[in-house]
Amino acid sequence: MQEGTRLTRSIGLIPSSVMIGIFFMVPFVLILLTSVSVPTADGDYQLGFSLEHFDRFASWFYIERALFSAGLCALIALLSLLIAFPFTYMLTQFGPRSQTVWLIYILAQLSLSEVLIAFSWQILLSRTGGIANILVWLGLAEKSFSMAPSAGAVLAALVYLAVPFSVLLLYPALSRLDRSLTEAARTLGASPLRTFFTVVVPVTRPAIISGGVTIFVLTLGAIIVPQVLGKPEHWTLSVLITDQAIFNFNMPFASALAVVLLVISASVIYGVTKFFGGKS
Amino acid sequence: MNILRRLYLAIFAIYLIGPIIVITAVSFNEKRFLAFPPRGFSFRWYAEIFVANDWFAALMNSLVIALAAATLSVLIALPVAYTAWRYGLRYARALFGLGIAPFILPPVIMALGFLLLFTSTGFHGLMVNVIIAHAIFLLALPLVTISLGLESVDKSLIEASQTMGASNAVVFRTVILPIAAPFAFAGFAFCFVLSLNEYIIALMTVGFTVETLPVKIFNALRYGYSPVIASIAVVFLLINITVFSLIARFSNLTRILGAQD
Amino acid sequence: MSGLIIEGVTKKFGNVTAVEDVNLHFKTGEMICFLGPSGCGKTTLLRMIAGLEEPTQGSISFEGKDLTRVPVHQRDIGMVFQSFALFPHLSVGENITYAMRIRGHSRSEREDRAKELLDMMHLPGVADRRISQLSGGQRQRVAIARALALNPQIFLLDEPMSALDANLREAMQIELRKLQQELGITTVVVTHDQTEAMTMADEIVVMGRARVLQTGSPMEIYKKPVDKFVAGFIGTSNLLPAKMSGENAVRVGSAELRVEHGAVGQPAGTDVLLMTRPEEVFVRPIGASAPANAVTGKVSFVRDIGATIEILVDCDGHEVISVLTPKDWPDVRIGDAVTVEMPAGACTVLAA
Repeated sequence: MQEGTRLTRSIGLIPSSVMIGIFFMVPFVLILLTSVSVPTADGDYQLGFSLEHFDRFASWFYIERALFSAGLCALIALLSLLIAFPFTYMLTQFGPRSQTVWLIYILAQLSLSEVLIAFSWQILLSRTGGIANILVWLGLAEKSFSMAPSAGAVLAALVYLAVPFSVLLLYPALSRLDRSLTEAARTLGASPLRTFFTVVVPVTRPAIISGGVTIFVLTLGAIIVPQVLGKPEHWTLSVLITDQAIFNFNMPFASALAVVLLVISASVIYGVTKFFGGKS
Repeated sequence: MNILRRLYLAIFAIYLIGPIIVITAVSFNEKRFLAFPPRGFSFRWYAEIFVANDWFAALMNSLVIALAAATLSVLIALPVAYTAWRYGLRYARALFGLGIAPFILPPVIMALGFLLLFTSTGFHGLMVNVIIAHAIFLLALPLVTISLGLESVDKSLIEASQTMGASNAVVFRTVILPIAAPFAFAGFAFCFVLSLNEYIIALMTVGFTVETLPVKIFNALRYGYSPVIASIAVVFLLINITVFSLIARFSNLTRILGAQD
Repeated sequence: MSGLIIEGVTKKFGNVTAVEDVNLHFKTGEMICFLGPSGCGKTTLLRMIAGLEEPTQGSISFEGKDLTRVPVHQRDIGMVFQSFALFPHLSVGENITYAMRIRGHSRSEREDRAKELLDMMHLPGVADRRISQLSGGQRQRVAIARALALNPQIFLLDEPMSALDANLREAMQIELRKLQQELGITTVVVTHDQTEAMTMADEIVVMGRARVLQTGSPMEIYKKPVDKFVAGFIGTSNLLPAKMSGENAVRVGSAELRVEHGAVGQPAGTDVLLMTRPEEVFVRPIGASAPANAVTGKVSFVRDIGATIEILVDCDGHEVISVLTPKDWPDVRIGDAVTVEMPAGACTVLAA
C-alpha cells in the first residue's frame, strides 16, 4: 500500500511541475544554449557551439565591469548589514505591537520598486529639490549643487535599497535568539555593549553570512539605480545585459554575460557559505 | 546608553523615511518643476494618475497583471508546499527548491530567459507572458509563507480527523485549507505587491506592448519629468502599507517573517 | 468471536522492531490499559488498532470483523490524542460534531448532539467558544466528547492525562472510568502511569521493549508480577537477592524463609529475587519472640507523611521498605536493629 500511495500523492504535483518545468527550467537552458550559439550570416544566431561570446567578455573592459559589480555589491552588503543589524536587534526587543508596526513599514518600503527609489534619490540629490538645498537653507553650503550622477550616489541609493532587506533577513535569527544567553552573559559581568559583541553577533553569525550573501546577489541584480544615478563607467553587469538584450538585440552576448553573472552569484553563494559557515 | 539608543533609532527612522517625505512633499508641489522645499500645494498630480490616459492605462495593466500573477503563483505553490509538509516526499522537496530558485538569482537572468523562451516560441508580447513570468519568479513567496504557516500545524490534527472518518480529500478541505488560508493570502499579497513594482521582467517580456507602471515611470524618467511620478510613488507606498496591515490584521505577521511564538 | 482480538502482531520500522508478536484478546465493553515505560511499543500498538499504522505481520479484528487492512477513516473508532488535537479554526461545538458534519448530518442534529455531549461532560454552554479560550481540563473533555460523538465501537486514548495538571489527573481518571462503564464501550488507554492504570483498568497489559510482559487485572499484576521488571513498574516492591534452598524455601543471608508464590519449583542453589510489597511486611524491634519468616536489619530512615509512615530498613546492604499506618507504629528510631517479618503468603519468588 505504501508504494501506491507515494505515486498518488505525487499526482497533485503534476500541474505545478509542468509550470515550473516549462517556465523555469526551459528559460534557463535557453540562456545556456544561446550563450554558446553560432552567429549566422544575416546577424541572427543558431544552435551550435561557439565560445566567441565569452571571448568578447574576456576583454579588460568587460572583466573590469564584472569586478566592479562584484566589489560594489560586496561593499553594499557590508554597509547595509552594519546599518541594519543594531536596528533589527533593537526591533526584536520591542513588544509585539510595536514590532508589527515597524515591520509593516519596512515591508512597505521594501516593496517600493527600484525605479521609485532611484527616482526618489534622484530628487534628493538634485540641485533644485534635494539635500543640497537643505544644506544651503541651513547655511552649511553656499550654493546648491547636484550630487548625482556619481559612484557615491549609486552606493547610497543601493544601500538604502538593501537596508530593509537586511532587516528582514536578520529578523528570524535575532527574534529567535535565546534571551537566556544574553542574560547569562550579563550575570557573568558583561556590559550590554560587551554582550552585544561577544554573544549576540557570534551566535547569529550564520544568519549574518547568509544575509550578506543574499544582499550581494540582490544588489547584483540592480538595473535602474546604476543607470539613473551613475555615469556609464558605474554601470553594473546587469545593466550591460539589459543593454545588450534590448537595445543591441545581441542575445548571444547578453546570454554570455548572464552566464557570467550566474557563475559569480553561484560561486559567491557556494564559496562564502562553505568557508564562513552560513545556512541556506 | 539609553539616549544613544534613542538617537540611533531616530536617525535610522529619518534615514528610512527621509526620502519618502521628500517625495511626498514634491508630489504636492503646485508647479511642474522639481522643488524642495515645495512651493504651493496641490493635488493635481494625484488626479493626473487617473485622468491622463497613458498613466491610467499603465496603472490598470500593472494591477491586472499583479492580481493574475499572484493568484497563479499561489495556485502553483500550494500543492508543492502542502505535499512537502505532509508527506516529506523527496520529489516535493526538490520541486520546492526549484520553485524558490528563480527568486534568489538576479532578476535580469530570469528576464533574459523568459525573453528567449517567448521569442523562440513566437508568443511574443502577450500579457499572459508577463503574468506567468511573474508568477514563476515570485513563486518563492507563497511557497515560504505557506510552509511557515503549515509548520505551526499540529500533525495529529490530520490523524484526529482521519479517526473521525475524513478521507484525504476531506482532510485537506476541512482542516488544512482553513488553517493555511491566511498564510496563502499573505503569500498572495507579497506577490501582488512585488509584481506591481517589478521592472525588468516586465520590460523584457512585454515592455513594448504592454506598458506597466514601473516601465512607464522609468521611460518617463529618461525622457522627461513629471511630479506624477512622485504622486505614484506615494500611492504605491499607501497601497503597500494597506496590504501589509491587512496581512497583519488577519494573520500573524511576526511569525510569517520568521519569529517563533 | 466477539471482542477485540490482536493476533501475532509485529511492527517494524526499517530495522527497528517497535512491537513484537503481540497476542491479546479482550472482551467487548472492557477498559484495557497498555502500561509501560516510553519506547515500549504501547503507543504503536494503539495506533495499529486505530489504523494509523499498519502491522508488518499479524491481524487485528473486532467483533469478528478483520480490521487489519481497513483504512483509518473507515474504522468505527473514536480517538483522543495526547495533545488533544482540537481544531483551532473551529469552535468547541464544531469540533465535537466534526464527524457528523463530514457525513452530512444537518445543522440542527449537530447542535443537539453537541449540547447533549457537553452536558454529559459537565461543560454546559461552551459550544460557541474558541478552543484557545478553554483550560487544559476543559480541552480534554471536549476531545473526549468529540471522539464519542458518533458512538464508536472502540474508544482509544493516547496518554490522555499527560497534558493535565497533576491535581486534575486523579479526578479525571475516576470520571473517565465512570463514563466508560456507563457507556459500556470497549476502551484502550495508553499510559506510563501505573496508578492511572490501576485506577481505571479492567485489564492491564504491561509492555516492555516491544513485548507484552504480563496481562491481568490490576490486583493480579500487583500481587503476582511475573518478573522483576513488572514488579518494579507496578507499585513499590522490595527485592532481596536470595538462593533457593528447597521446594518452598529460600535463604536470604542467614535467614531461611518459607515462600508460597512465584517461581518456587527451581532447584536448590539457584539465584532468585524475593519480592514483597511494603504493606505486607512488618517491622519489629529485636526482642524476645523472633517471628518465623523474617530478616534482620537496621533502620536507615523513617518517612512520616501523615496518613502513612514508611520505615526504610537496611538489610545487609539492601533496602527493605515497610509501610504502615500511625496506629501500628512500632516505635523504632533510626539506627535501631530490627527484624522484618515477611509472612510466607506475602513472598513471591522472581527470576534474578
